[in-house]
Amino acid sequence: MKFLEKYLHKMEPHFIKGGKYEKWNPLFETLATFAFTPKLVTTKGTHIRDGVDLKRTMFTVVIALIPCLLFGIYNTGHWEYAVAEGNRDIPYFAEMGAKFLTGLTIVLPVVVVSYGVGLTIEFIFGMLRGHALHEGFLVSGMLIPLTMPADVPLWMVAIATAFAVIIGKEIFGGTGMNVVNIALTARAFLFFAYPTSMSGDKVWMSGLSEKMSTNTADLDGFSGATALGDLASFMSDKATVAGETVQSSMALQNFSSEYGVWESFIGMIPGSIGETSTLACLIGGLLLVLTGVGSLRIILSFFAGGFIMGLLLNMIGGNAYLDLAAHHHLVIGGFAFGAVFMATDPVTASQTAFGKIIYGFLGGFLAIMIRVLNPAYPEGVFLAILFMNIMAPIIDHYIIQANINRRLKRLKTA
Amino acid sequence: MSNTISIRKGLNIRLVGEAKKEIKDISVSSTVGISPLDFHGLTPKMVVKEGDVVKVGDVLFFDKKEASIKFVSPVSGTVKSIVRGEKRRIINVLISTDGKQTAKKFDVAKASDFTAEDIKLLLLESGFWSTIKQRPLDVIANPNNQAKGFFVSSFDSSPLAPDYEYVLGDDFENLQKGFDALSKLTGDKVHLSSKPNSIFTKIKGVKHHSFDGLHPAGNVGTQMHHIDPVNKGEFVWSMNIQEVAAFGRLLSEGTVQATRKVALTGSELKNPQYVNVVKGTEMSAILDKAVEGSNVRYISGNVLTGDQKHLTDFLGHYHNQVTVIPEGNEYKFFLTTGWLGHGFDKFSNSRLFPTFLLPKSKKFTLDTNTNGEERAFVVSGELERVFPFDILPVQLTKAAITQDIDGMENLGIYEVAPEDFALCEYVCTTKINIQEKIRQGLDLIASECM
Repeated sequence: MKFLEKYLHKMEPHFIKGGKYEKWNPLFETLATFAFTPKLVTTKGTHIRDGVDLKRTMFTVVIALIPCLLFGIYNTGHWEYAVAEGNRDIPYFAEMGAKFLTGLTIVLPVVVVSYGVGLTIEFIFGMLRGHALHEGFLVSGMLIPLTMPADVPLWMVAIATAFAVIIGKEIFGGTGMNVVNIALTARAFLFFAYPTSMSGDKVWMSGLSEKMSTNTADLDGFSGATALGDLASFMSDKATVAGETVQSSMALQNFSSEYGVWESFIGMIPGSIGETSTLACLIGGLLLVLTGVGSLRIILSFFAGGFIMGLLLNMIGGNAYLDLAAHHHLVIGGFAFGAVFMATDPVTASQTAFGKIIYGFLGGFLAIMIRVLNPAYPEGVFLAILFMNIMAPIIDHYIIQANINRRLKRLKTA
Repeated sequence: MSNTISIRKGLNIRLVGEAKKEIKDISVSSTVGISPLDFHGLTPKMVVKEGDVVKVGDVLFFDKKEASIKFVSPVSGTVKSIVRGEKRRIINVLISTDGKQTAKKFDVAKASDFTAEDIKLLLLESGFWSTIKQRPLDVIANPNNQAKGFFVSSFDSSPLAPDYEYVLGDDFENLQKGFDALSKLTGDKVHLSSKPNSIFTKIKGVKHHSFDGLHPAGNVGTQMHHIDPVNKGEFVWSMNIQEVAAFGRLLSEGTVQATRKVALTGSELKNPQYVNVVKGTEMSAILDKAVEGSNVRYISGNVLTGDQKHLTDFLGHYHNQVTVIPEGNEYKFFLTTGWLGHGFDKFSNSRLFPTFLLPKSKKFTLDTNTNGEERAFVVSGELERVFPFDILPVQLTKAAITQDIDGMENLGIYEVAPEDFALCEYVCTTKINIQEKIRQGLDLIASECM
């Protein structure tokens, strides 16, 4: 590595102020600081500094996302196979290598586009502002593909990423300054700008819409919906099977045979690329909590909020959605993924200790509420988290105000 | 004796190079320097000129804003030069020593009958007032104010700090005298905080408090916060315990004793130990032949709050410790010693590094590398883990950065000093110079609200 270091020393003068490639300094600095921790020393204040920096922190989150990514690749491959055979019930753990490779050909381009577009924009802003790449996008660039449906066109990924990075982050000042979560901004943008490509029952399995338009006969009775989408359609089916008195439980029975708690927990269901496996999310979550990067307070309270809302809705009951068991809600859709990777984003979450508990709880609570009470948005998790991102400063405001009041009270009694 | 207050939010940074309990005398260097920059916010007004002959305890300069606060010479000799910097700001007053240490005599014959006013006058005249710091603002105390409490800590919990039980173990008589005088000065409002079972609990006439746990348990700011926090409009004072003993000696002997026991510490010293050294001695005299290697940083004070010095600079006025650590001015390849390395060589409060797995006895050699670049605040909940105050550190720092005076007042700026944030600055992932921001916030408060 001495060779590389020497080369760096040699090139450095060209990139500093007054050098030949002064303009490209941010690019040089980014690459150099990734290869080597720079030789910056403390000048003021403490003379020593903790080893931890933002690069290591962000990299840890990327590592934590790998189980979700790997499982997502396999799951995508599996459903591609299911579509090809026109049969939803092909065995899940078979032809694993081939499925994984198929999944890879679908997922990898999405990841590449997300990073490519995002990093390019970040570099442009970096060069305009004269600073090196800030590490935030390392995580966002991985989160964005994992929230996309498998069948999403690449140009949409590109547009969504560009929108999220520019409007969601850079206009606020870059990493650490954004109000709402970047990846969810990308997801929300697509959801509202291109609803037909982001919801419904054709987009969750790669190749399905294409096959449906050319060869419908093959796919008779084949549903490409997600668990949540199916549940919504079971509800609307109510009218067509009129006369039955126990429609809700019938729908639930259908649903549970299709999406058992265990299958959903492992993630053997269609859905966005990285969100289906609660297990993979929890493995990542474990890493985040053990390293202290993710807030256990937020994750736990998010699950608690969702579970309690689920219980409340169970008590009301009456249709398939309301009757779906509370614990079942936690393992379908993007609930676990949102709890572990989206809600814990330290920049957009509450910053105070008690605020985090309120923030997480309300996030989970709202996620299930939106999911159940507004079937137009079966995936309520990202809306709930975006909403709580906006609310987080208000929660913090009251926590801070309580701290201030304690001090004022002390002044009065003194 | 009250109950022990245990500080759980904090961090003991375990460094190599603790001072051995051996003492060596360092003869006073041919030149000593007293820098007005050691006293934050001070505008000095010179009393002596170049060529004047001074004795130990003679006034060199005083505070232009509060003329009663005087700063005295720690040595006898002649004023060699008055070093000025930009805008003719006085940077240093250099004195050529004559080696005799002849001292000015103060009249302490009736010391036992001194009133509070007499004691205050003696503190001011003998230069000891400059060692009394006040909160809010963390500057030299204003003698016109009445302090609601006077806080002294009998232990220093910062990295490699001197052990005052060793330093003052044989000076108890003077220490008691010093505390008696301070009690008189403040009307029995002296709080002395010690570790449990400390020898200092034998001191009479003060309110004893017991502190335990992680650094910053020994910081006087932490102790104030847990004993009797400062509110707006109130003042508290504090003094280093070695200065209390030195003032006690003045009361019994009538001369200013400028020699202090200073701990020489740090991984780059051949033989870390204690030395007897006169205030303002040149660093090169203190560290003569004691340092290994040349790419090192000399710090007057500890690694968290000390000042960077060159060998030609002088020991800081408030410092009882000198630390020498390696400079970190080299690239570190990311997979070996850099940001993605195994990290067994780094000391981190974050569990992203394996520090927490290593035994508590393991000590570290840390250099001055920042281990990363400065960023905006990203991580939350991190500073709170090392900040044992009922104050929100991130929010207060942000208020200081944005010069939000109301925000700072509300969030507790009156209680804190930059040193309270030293650990926050150490652990900060985004490498923000928090102590500097707090100091700027305090300066703003000083100019707008005091």
